[in-house]
Amino acid sequence: MKNDNRFLEFVKQFKKNRSAILGFFIVAILVIFALFAPLIATHMPIEQELTNRLLPPMWEEGGIATHILGTDDFGRDLFSRIVYGARISIMIGAISVSISLAFGLIMGVFAGYFGGKIDIIIMRLVDIMLSIPAILLAIVIVAILGPSLMNAMIAIGIVGVPTYARIVRASVMSEKNKEYVIASRVNGSNDVRLMFQVILPNCTTPIIVQATMGFASAVLEAAGLSFLGLGAQPPTPEWGAMLADSLQYITTAPWMIFYPGLAIFLTVLGFNLIGDGLMDVLDPKLKEK
Amino acid sequence: MFSYIIKRLLWSVPTLFGVSLLVFFMVHLSPGDPAMTLLGDHASKEAVEKVREELGLNKPLYEQYITYIQKVLQGDLGNSIKTKQSVLQEFKERFPATVELAVVAMILAIIFGIGAGIISAIKRYSVFDYSAMFVALAGVSMPVFWLGLVLIYFFSVKLGILPVSGRLGYEFYVEDVTGFYLIDTLLANDIEAFWDALKHLIMPAIALGTIPMAIIARMTRASMIEVMKEDYIRTAKAKGCSHFSVVMIHALRNAMMPVITVIGLMLGTLFAGAILTETTFSWPGIGKWIVNAVYQRDFPIIQSATLIIATMFIAVNLIVDLLYALINPKIRLS
Repeated sequence: MKNDNRFLEFVKQFKKNRSAILGFFIVAILVIFALFAPLIATHMPIEQELTNRLLPPMWEEGGIATHILGTDDFGRDLFSRIVYGARISIMIGAISVSISLAFGLIMGVFAGYFGGKIDIIIMRLVDIMLSIPAILLAIVIVAILGPSLMNAMIAIGIVGVPTYARIVRASVMSEKNKEYVIASRVNGSNDVRLMFQVILPNCTTPIIVQATMGFASAVLEAAGLSFLGLGAQPPTPEWGAMLADSLQYITTAPWMIFYPGLAIFLTVLGFNLIGDGLMDVLDPKLKEK
Repeated sequence: MFSYIIKRLLWSVPTLFGVSLLVFFMVHLSPGDPAMTLLGDHASKEAVEKVREELGLNKPLYEQYITYIQKVLQGDLGNSIKTKQSVLQEFKERFPATVELAVVAMILAIIFGIGAGIISAIKRYSVFDYSAMFVALAGVSMPVFWLGLVLIYFFSVKLGILPVSGRLGYEFYVEDVTGFYLIDTLLANDIEAFWDALKHLIMPAIALGTIPMAIIARMTRASMIEVMKEDYIRTAKAKGCSHFSVVMIHALRNAMMPVITVIGLMLGTLFAGAILTETTFSWPGIGKWIVNAVYQRDFPIIQSATLIIATMFIAVNLIVDLLYALINPKIRLS
């Protein structure tokens, strides 16, 4: 009952935040695109119509109604590719954030809970990773593993680990000496139970906020890697890879540039707006920091 | 203060050592064989073996690492597999281009970011505030490479007023004195070349400066709002200072501290942006150099460039921390 009330209060606060609601709508559209891609898209994303190459959007001169946003250099329908691209973006965000979260959480909890040498070793590793700019580290990892969407997601996931480790560590450190933890210890809880069942559930606020923002940056970084040719490979309908394809058509087919980029921008904006809203509602103090 | 500096300096040694170890093993445990990359798929076995011998790839990994670290400490960062040139030399040639771009981007970001932040803070909840902060949030979410392409489309393709790529038109020649074309063209008293260099810089600098600008604007606004609540601001108002002087002299100076820290720590963001911006605009800097090295699997460049950049990154973070500690004794003493 108490949890229900807290949730209702959260929804009430969140609804007041207009930009967060906008973010929520953007993400909802993205999710609808991803879930119902075969129903929404008018064509298959890799279906080529070589007679209809480089068609402009339907409202421009030369455009046709069956290709709403026009076609690319292989005559593939741009709208359908963007709709299917939503699936890839959600997959990128989910997988990368899961990798970062899984490792970051374990590292952060251990460092924060045990302190001492374990803390020093883990935080040294975190410092080392943070001293290389994220995208550079991701590029190095992809260069080593080989360019592919899966490797790009792994790279982005690894690059995100230190941020989560730091946040989790800080939260665990502030919680671990509180009375409820001591009470649980006195009751006979072992370290694993204390770490993951007693302390961790009370550290979720900053983790949720970071994961939402992390989703946004994962989509952005993956698009960047694909744009550099180090992520998704053709003919995958990934938005960054679509932009890389479009470079040589900037004078003849600018629509190939506008819409995939707009899709990346709106997706990242949507998650950032939600993250900002969550920060306001869940922990206003966090924002001031 | 002195012991604080020494402590921080000593801390950075193991971090750097760790970076070198991390990158070295990552690169050397990778699946591809640099000798094969160098010679191509059709090379004979003997030729591959000879190159492996030359590059020291036959020795055990730890020996290779020790040799590498010894050379690094003597200032030898190895040679590019493709061009055979020294990595350090190649880095030096490209570094000024990236710095010039980053500095101009940062200047734009500071001017517009702080400006928008101040106006937003004093005209809180106004139309300007809402729009500026929305634009700032949009700026943080902007894929720089896409922004770059959109700028190219409007200013180069449609309007034809700005050049698409590079640092300087082919018709100009500038003698390399500082490596910064804006300065070198002025030193050579070649105003036309200066304008051309400036025109080449505008779009990449806007693209690169957008994210820092957005972050600075948000930070300035938050910091100004906080400071404007302080007692000394009320005192300044009460003693009859003009609104302008209260905002610009009393408030701004105090609000700038967190903003300056953020600016200092933004080197990483700028560098990350530079990789993508330089690729979009074919800007001949460090970012494009690294991306090309990745395409060519030129591991000495990837390895050493990462080490150099991490060193610079650590150095800048250290300087920012030290400056902050210098201004704020609370940090120094803790």
